[in-house]
Amino acid sequence: MTATTASAVTRPLLETRKLSVDFGGLHALDQLDLEVHEGEIVSVIGPNGAGKTTLFNAITATVALSDGDICFEGASLLGLDPNRVTARGIARTFQNVRLFANMTVLENVMVSQHCRTRQHAFGALFYTPSFRREEAEIRERAEKILSFFGSRLMGYRFDQPAFTLSYANRRRLEIARAMATQPKLILLDEPVAGMNPVESAELTGLIGRLRDEWGFAIVVIEHHMDVVREVSDRVVVLDHGTKIAEGDYEEVSNDPTVIEAYLGHGTETT
Amino acid sequence: MTAVMPPGTATAAAAAPVPPAPTRPVLARDWRRLARMAAVGAVAQIFIALSNMPVRLDERVVVKPVLSLGYLTLLIVPFAAGHRVGHQIKREGTPVHAAGAHEVAGGAACGALAAGGLSLLAVLLANFDLREPLVNWSPMLAELLAFGNSTSFAVVIWLLIGAAVGASGGLMRLLGPRTRRAAVTIAITVAGVAVMEPLVVDLAEGMGLEALTDRLYARRGGLEWVSALVLAAVAGILAVLGRGRLREARNRIAVQEGAKRTRTNFGLILLTGAALVILPLFAGKLTNELLANVGLFVLLALGLNIVVGLAGILDLGYVAFFAVGSYTAAVLTAATSPRIHPEMPWLVALIFVVVITGLVGLFIGAPVIRMRGDYLAIVTLGFGEIIRLLFLSDWLSGTFGGSQGITKIPGAGIFGLTSVAGTDPRRVFYLVLAFCAIAIYVSWRLERSRLGRAWMAVREDETVAEAMGINTVNVKLLAFVVGAILGSFSGAIFSAKVGSVFPNSFLILVSIVILVVVIFGGMGSIVGVIAGSAVLIGVLGGPKQPGLLAEFSEFKLLIYGALLIWMMLARPEGLIPSVRRSRELHQEEMAQDAWLKGQVEDDTANGDTATAPAT
Ligand SMILES: Nc1ncnc2c1ncn2[C@@H]1O[C@H](COP(=O)(O)OP(=O)(O)O)[C@@H](O)[C@H]1O
Ligand SMILES: [Mg+2]
Repeated sequence: MTATTASAVTRPLLETRKLSVDFGGLHALDQLDLEVHEGEIVSVIGPNGAGKTTLFNAITATVALSDGDICFEGASLLGLDPNRVTARGIARTFQNVRLFANMTVLENVMVSQHCRTRQHAFGALFYTPSFRREEAEIRERAEKILSFFGSRLMGYRFDQPAFTLSYANRRRLEIARAMATQPKLILLDEPVAGMNPVESAELTGLIGRLRDEWGFAIVVIEHHMDVVREVSDRVVVLDHGTKIAEGDYEEVSNDPTVIEAYLGHGTETT
Repeated sequence: MTAVMPPGTATAAAAAPVPPAPTRPVLARDWRRLARMAAVGAVAQIFIALSNMPVRLDERVVVKPVLSLGYLTLLIVPFAAGHRVGHQIKREGTPVHAAGAHEVAGGAACGALAAGGLSLLAVLLANFDLREPLVNWSPMLAELLAFGNSTSFAVVIWLLIGAAVGASGGLMRLLGPRTRRAAVTIAITVAGVAVMEPLVVDLAEGMGLEALTDRLYARRGGLEWVSALVLAAVAGILAVLGRGRLREARNRIAVQEGAKRTRTNFGLILLTGAALVILPLFAGKLTNELLANVGLFVLLALGLNIVVGLAGILDLGYVAFFAVGSYTAAVLTAATSPRIHPEMPWLVALIFVVVITGLVGLFIGAPVIRMRGDYLAIVTLGFGEIIRLLFLSDWLSGTFGGSQGITKIPGAGIFGLTSVAGTDPRRVFYLVLAFCAIAIYVSWRLERSRLGRAWMAVREDETVAEAMGINTVNVKLLAFVVGAILGSFSGAIFSAKVGSVFPNSFLILVSIVILVVVIFGGMGSIVGVIAGSAVLIGVLGGPKQPGLLAEFSEFKLLIYGALLIWMMLARPEGLIPSVRRSRELHQEEMAQDAWLKGQVEDDTANGDTATAPAT
């Protein structure tokens, strides 16, 4: 909770103002205001189709905004290409895991450092010392990132193509790839979906360590309330593209509008 | 957590004692299969006969006096049908029947019926005149089918030949793996030596071994039947003695790792390089000409391989860069070039070739590269044609000579030392070889760099690549330009070699042939691309260049097409695939392997309950 009070004074890391996204007539996001502060973990929850993934897509410039503005470290992200947004320091994972399936585990993480490295064709062709140094650094960093997940993405797994990984490992590799872009803010889209309770509890711990050890601010979309309770400094509830509640876990989980949103769709008809 | 059995592992079947494989009962299904196979075979036979291949290729003798290339084309189908009909689909849990006499019988029946298509054709030829719709409906074909005898002889003999050939196809199933390998080696050796006759004769002459080739080949072409038998015997003995060792050596290399592997690779490359440098010294014009042509296509294919194989951009207009390279070099070096004729030395012109092709690549690429998939393919196809039409147009004919092209292009001078022109194919080959070496080096280095990884990521999933911070437009554009420049080298050498350029040297067909070479050889694989060029361009010939089987040139496209289809069915990863690509096409097996490996190595205490891989 200290994070919230302290950061109220400072400028937020990410700020959306009146963010709106329309798909045809559907308002997937409607005038959404959201703030994320440095070192903060914010959970975004809401029923299916509430617009959570669309929020991530809007921030990373993969869908067009119909209105509003997104500021990151005080500068607007409007009009940037997705790769520029990543270069600014926002990384994401995908709800439906989208690895580079035929590249190896290590290559997946190495290629994601693209925007932080600069060696080009010249260096590669002439095998310059700076090229070799950078290649070594890229590899070293990739190994370090993978070691964050314990031993299971290490060793012989380095050179296995990503499609051979188990489902849980694929999700982990997605996070590793996001870390490799060296972001300030990571957007995690349902990181424990499809995991069993043991794996999910472990990943919950990792999310905390991502902030504590690596210093990332994190926005996480999650359906599992125990995960949400565990990791969040703050919870934002979306429904029909609008924010219906915000606060810490206790406040939100007792908020009648939230309960209404989750249960209400059923109760309205009765 | 207990280990979960992987899906589809039949433990029960493995545990139970293996029952003696029963001889296979003939089922109704088998009859249907035989009938279908025979029908397809018969139609294929008639098609081949009417494509005129047998008549046109009858001149080229493979084994004198029993077999010509023309007849050979008629034996392939019954053999394949006879072999294929005995194919059992192996399902886990179902017993595999031992191959036996019925395989041979089935093969014979199927082969006879397939070749029966020719019997039918012979009868039709004798009784009807369908020359109007079927231009190859000729008495010559009838005579060929009947071996100069009567129609009834033709009917009977083809049924017999079909049965024999089909039976031998079925017989292949009875052979043990070693015998079968020996048989295949023998067939390949005999066919190879026969096909490569011009090459072998040429080389033997260079090395003063005419005596040997005189013995080997008949005076008017083809292997003497005696020498064919000797060759078969030698090949058979060698296969039995040496084959296992070769395989062993290959396996030994395959398991090497790290520095040791690098050293082996280096040694192999050095050896191949040395052979390629020394070989032409002993070879005559013909061989060198052939090598030079293959080299030009290797260069083109390596360029396209970067675009298609690495970055996944399906470029159907690649010939444009070949054309731009040729024309730029021609304009800059030829005194006869209509408007601009600086008569530069070739090497200086090459700098301009690189710059100009690079710019054209950027110019074409910039609007095109934002598109994806099919759209991109169609647009590049269009641009390829546009470039050719520009060279052909009246508008630019003042500069490029329109349909007259540019002629009397001087050879490529290298530092005033030598001049490389088409009159001396050996020098052309050395020049091509040097540029191929450059292209191989470039492909190899780039693939293992930040840029190469970015290309792969774009190929895998463009949206995600962009979300991971890759500027996909720049990266793809760069692949396009690098490919363009490699292609332009080939063009610049081509114009110096041929001595003239015309717009119709740069038809769409060239793009397609290069693409076929890349796909056939193995997308993304440098060795594969080289092998693909050697087989397709070297043996069958390029769009305008004759190959070893010059007689085939008329049917080249038909054979290209057939080979491509067969390749896609039997070996979609290409002749010599890149590791990555073969993984991609065998994901399921790989995933299961890895999963099993994970089961053994990961303790389940790891918390990693291996969920059976999704997708
Ligand atoms: N690309 C798209 N085109 C049209 N409609 C979309 C698109 N993406 C999402 N939507 C719609 O927007 C709404 C919000 O979707 P989404 O953000 O994926 O929900 P969730 O909160 O479950 O992640 C849904 O009704 C969905 O159907
Ligand atoms: Mg979602």
